[in-house]
Amino acid sequence: MSAKRLQQQVEALSRSAKHFNKSEVECLIKLFDTLVTTSSDRFGAVGFDRNMFRDTLHRMFGMTDDMVMDRVFRTFDRDNDSCISVEEWVEGLSVFLRGTLDERIKYCFEVYDLNGDGYISREEMFQMLKNSLLKQPSEEDPDEGIKDLVDIALKKMDYDHDGKLSFADFEKAVRDDNLLLEAFGPCLPDIKGSLAFEKKTFKGNRKL
Amino acid sequence: MGAALARAAQWTAAGYGTGTLEITPLNEALLNQIIKFAEDFSTRHPQEALVVFKEPLEWKTQLDSSAFGEGYEIDGETVKSEARDEDGQPLLLLTASNLRVRSFDQLSRMLQIAMEKKLKEAQACLEANRDPIVKILGPEYGTVEGEDKSMLHLLEKVKKVDDPETEKKMKIFILLHQLDMQLLNSSLKQISKDVRLSPAAVNNEVNLLKNFSGKGEDTVLESLEYTSDYTFSNGCRAPPWRQVHGEICYLIIKPHDTDPLCITCSTAGVFLNGGELKNKGDIDYERKSDIYKDIVTFLRERSPRFVENMAKQEYTFFKEPTYEKNDQHVEAVDAKVSGQSQNHYDHTEKNIHEKVKSSVAKSKSIEKKKLEPSVKWKNTGLSAARSAKAARKVNEEQRRSSSVSTKFKKKVSCISSASVKMQSSLKCKVSSKSEEVSESSSETEEDEEQPVRHQEGNTDLPSEYWGIQKLAKYLKGGNPTATVIALCSMRDFNLAQETCQLAIKDIGCLEVLINLLDTEEIKCQIGSLKILKEISQNTLIRHAIADLGGLEIMVKILDSPDKELKCLAAETIANVARFKRARRTVRLHGGIKRLVGLLECTSARSTGLTPSQAKDTEIARCGALALWSCSKSTKNKEAIRKAGGIPLLAEWLKSSHKSILTPVAGTLQECASEPSYRLAIRTEGMIEHLVNNLSTEHEELQMHCASAIFKCAEDKETRDLVRLHGGLLPLSTLLGNSENKQLLAAVTGAIWKCAISGENVSKFHDFKVVEVLVGLLTDQPEEVLVNIVGALGECCQDPRHRAIIRKCGGIPPLVKLLTGTNQALLVNVTKAVGACATEPENMMIIDRLDGVRLLWSLLKNPNPDVQASAAWAICPCIENAKDAGEMVRSFVGGLELIVNLLKSKNKEVLASVCAAITNIAKDKENLAVITDHGVVPLLSKLANTNDDKLRRHLAEAISHCCMWGSNRVTFGESKAVAPLVRYLKSNDPLVHRATSQALYQLSEDPSNCITMHENGVVKLLLTMVGSTDETLQEAAAGCIANIRRLALATEKAKYG
Repeated sequence: MSAKRLQQQVEALSRSAKHFNKSEVECLIKLFDTLVTTSSDRFGAVGFDRNMFRDTLHRMFGMTDDMVMDRVFRTFDRDNDSCISVEEWVEGLSVFLRGTLDERIKYCFEVYDLNGDGYISREEMFQMLKNSLLKQPSEEDPDEGIKDLVDIALKKMDYDHDGKLSFADFEKAVRDDNLLLEAFGPCLPDIKGSLAFEKKTFKGNRKL
Repeated sequence: MGAALARAAQWTAAGYGTGTLEITPLNEALLNQIIKFAEDFSTRHPQEALVVFKEPLEWKTQLDSSAFGEGYEIDGETVKSEARDEDGQPLLLLTASNLRVRSFDQLSRMLQIAMEKKLKEAQACLEANRDPIVKILGPEYGTVEGEDKSMLHLLEKVKKVDDPETEKKMKIFILLHQLDMQLLNSSLKQISKDVRLSPAAVNNEVNLLKNFSGKGEDTVLESLEYTSDYTFSNGCRAPPWRQVHGEICYLIIKPHDTDPLCITCSTAGVFLNGGELKNKGDIDYERKSDIYKDIVTFLRERSPRFVENMAKQEYTFFKEPTYEKNDQHVEAVDAKVSGQSQNHYDHTEKNIHEKVKSSVAKSKSIEKKKLEPSVKWKNTGLSAARSAKAARKVNEEQRRSSSVSTKFKKKVSCISSASVKMQSSLKCKVSSKSEEVSESSSETEEDEEQPVRHQEGNTDLPSEYWGIQKLAKYLKGGNPTATVIALCSMRDFNLAQETCQLAIKDIGCLEVLINLLDTEEIKCQIGSLKILKEISQNTLIRHAIADLGGLEIMVKILDSPDKELKCLAAETIANVARFKRARRTVRLHGGIKRLVGLLECTSARSTGLTPSQAKDTEIARCGALALWSCSKSTKNKEAIRKAGGIPLLAEWLKSSHKSILTPVAGTLQECASEPSYRLAIRTEGMIEHLVNNLSTEHEELQMHCASAIFKCAEDKETRDLVRLHGGLLPLSTLLGNSENKQLLAAVTGAIWKCAISGENVSKFHDFKVVEVLVGLLTDQPEEVLVNIVGALGECCQDPRHRAIIRKCGGIPPLVKLLTGTNQALLVNVTKAVGACATEPENMMIIDRLDGVRLLWSLLKNPNPDVQASAAWAICPCIENAKDAGEMVRSFVGGLELIVNLLKSKNKEVLASVCAAITNIAKDKENLAVITDHGVVPLLSKLANTNDDKLRRHLAEAISHCCMWGSNRVTFGESKAVAPLVRYLKSNDPLVHRATSQALYQLSEDPSNCITMHENGVVKLLLTMVGSTDETLQEAAAGCIANIRRLALATEKAKYG
């Protein structure tokens, strides 16, 4: 990639991804390029595809939940082309690493709203929580516990009592208790993970 | 009878061989019933009574031949009954304390003869014949477990042969059988009455008693200690091989009035054991007393002082909560707790009972849950729960074993020793006790709290219980996501409510919450701490958290990079560390250093804050809260200082944030009890800020600042600083707020200490403080009164104030306070009254109110401080009263009383009494009386002292006492003169003056002159003559003159 193009990209992206400064954007672009080139040898892609993205999340942030990672991919992939471009990468990471509470609420809600209908329904919750309980041989119906858990979550967060979570419900619940931000599964890096990532990624730049 | 004896009777624990019947209430009842049966047998069943036993019942008796009379042939040591069997053998035979009885007839006669020894005899008989039925009827009638066919055999026999003998046997057998049933029934009643103690119940009782124990007159016990620090996971402290016998723990109790008692708490009750074996650090486990149902009942029997003081305690316990309420950041819950604590004592017994019951019920319901593995989470709690369960099983089995026949015993002990091995392999270390001891000796704190459960006795579980239990399931068996949802939902319960708090504890949720803290999941940690912070308002929960090792983990969390987490951990520590053990734990795990670290922040002074600064302030606030709680222990104060906390506290004291000022001032106030802090508070310039904060709107903050000034103003420079920073005016203004008694106590205390400086007193005059103080003399709690009166006493340095007190009508209430009992108050009141008495006009009022008599009677007070203070106060009274001599004489026995105080060991008392005697001796008649009471030898005995204050007053007293009869000679004879000469070498000019006056008086007697001269007085006096003090000059010169005159006279006599 030519230096000039890189420069242009940096210019453009540091305007849209407001939590990063220019040099940080540059680092992220470089990282993107390295990741894509290593994998394009195998897949010949121009951006991240689903598997690669998942792989990256797993390696860099230790995320494991396939379904959630899938949803994170969807959220990053704004134009729904099943491929994350460099713009989507930088902008996504901006929220992912340094988003304000508002941004993160929005991001998490999008991740959890599996079908994108603007609501987190009972079924979606069930889907996301179904692996959250350890299997207990004593219980006849293992799903029963999950259903109860969904009820508990609804009772806690469904302020308008319509049996599903709207964005307003979700936002209110999270503002009430920040812990509920990642109520249905980890979709943001923890403090150690993001610090390690930033250190690793942005360190190279300072040397330059 | 066989079954009852085998099953119900309590044979000595772990008996070897034959075993003996213990004297327990149960056994006694059994024996009495058997005796009654045997005694009445011959009258009720005359036919059967004559049947000869198959074998004689044989035992060692305590009866001797002389007890037997009619119907017996007595031949020396041998007694034979006249009644014989068919073969001519006597039915009763006594040979050298060996008694053989062969029929019920003889048995009942023997029992009648035995009279009061009946019980002993029956006991001996049954111990020697473990299955008497076999002896009476034959081996085929032995007691067997399970189906008993003997009855059927007998029936068959009766049917087959029509033998009257067999028929009688049959009847006897049936009768014995009936007795057996009867015995079993009644012992069942007894057993069911028994309270089964549990480790928890014992622990609670011990903690309760500890609260009331300690040095001092009013405590119920001097001390009460476990013999071992180590607690097994089932709650027992007894070593495993003793737990087999149902023993829970051992205690060493020191009552006030008896020797230390070493007791065993077992599931059967409490009893005295053989005490500690000196060389081995082990205990003689043998039972040495009756069994009591709990420790209190045991002590009631043993220590009369315990009973007496126990009655008083109810009162003191009433009082304490009012302290706590205001010293600490009190929430509604606390108030509730203290409000209820008054009746806790009456409830304890019942509670223990209930608790035992309910805990069994609860544990059953949880057991199933507990077995589920919580794979991801550290499952230490689980294993603990399991082993506890195992132990409970063991306990239960033991319990059963005591009622099952002894045959089973061996088996049971095998089982339990196996499980005990498992337990001891868990962790079996004997922790060293030394730390604990040193800590408790250095600290005398009153804020120790007692975990007491306040259940209203209803056994219905509240609905919250089930809700919480449902959530608990997800905490135990969910991944972090599910856990966070459950944690957030749990906070929707009203966690300030005691039912919820206890539900969390009882369900076993507390362990899980604490385990969550030990994970890497920040969200779970935060969620858990948010709950712990709320529920740790409850004392029971606090103790439980500390017991479960929660403090150690929270201290570790203080290092976390997450600010919110740090805050929550510090706040929770602040709640939990309200009792000594917890505070110690925090310190020992490096918590103090970390908490001090939370205060490190730069934004102390700025008012407008960025979000991150606000966060830092919040961290500091939480840190200060925790330090405040911790600072109630002396060693923690030291630790805070060493961790560099003082400059940080000083920095935050400059802050303008109310929320952080209160804990910071609270901590400083608490720490100001240490001299190092007082110095630091002065030198770090904190006085200025403490003074500034007196003018805030926040009463609690005002109180802490006033209280800090109170403690620091013992020091003169601090007092001056308070004045220089304009602190006296706000203090005076705060007197107007007389509703808040805690504030008032702190403010009046600060005024008192500040008034020690004369400059401050004149300031107080400008602010008309004395007028207000006098107005406050009525209807105040004692801690306020002590300070008010103290302040008045100091203000009286200024003569203007003495007049003001009179004009405001302050003297009558002061005199009235002389009749009180609070010793601190009495010291201050006597001082104030004494100070007032320096004004003749005041003295008239005091005299009219009979104040001098009251002062005089305080000389009888056991507290030396009160004695001394009263004696000092008496001095100005005598000086300024009209007809002082007459007044003093009117106190019957008063002079003897004060002379006898010269035998006191307390220097201050001696000095004050000498001063009083100086004044008394001014009246010749009184001097004569005290001379009769032997004042001269008593004063002489004191002469060898190095205390300048005492020297001065002693010399004055001697000089005044010389004025009567042959006292001068007596002083010489009782060797008071030589030491007095040495007083002249002292550095105190006041001592010089008083001594030279005394020497002048003594030198009127020639032999005293010789003694003085021999001790080199002349040279010393010659320097005194050169003094600027005229009185001293004159006395010294007079003394030299007397010596010289004597010398001249001698020379004249010799050579003239």
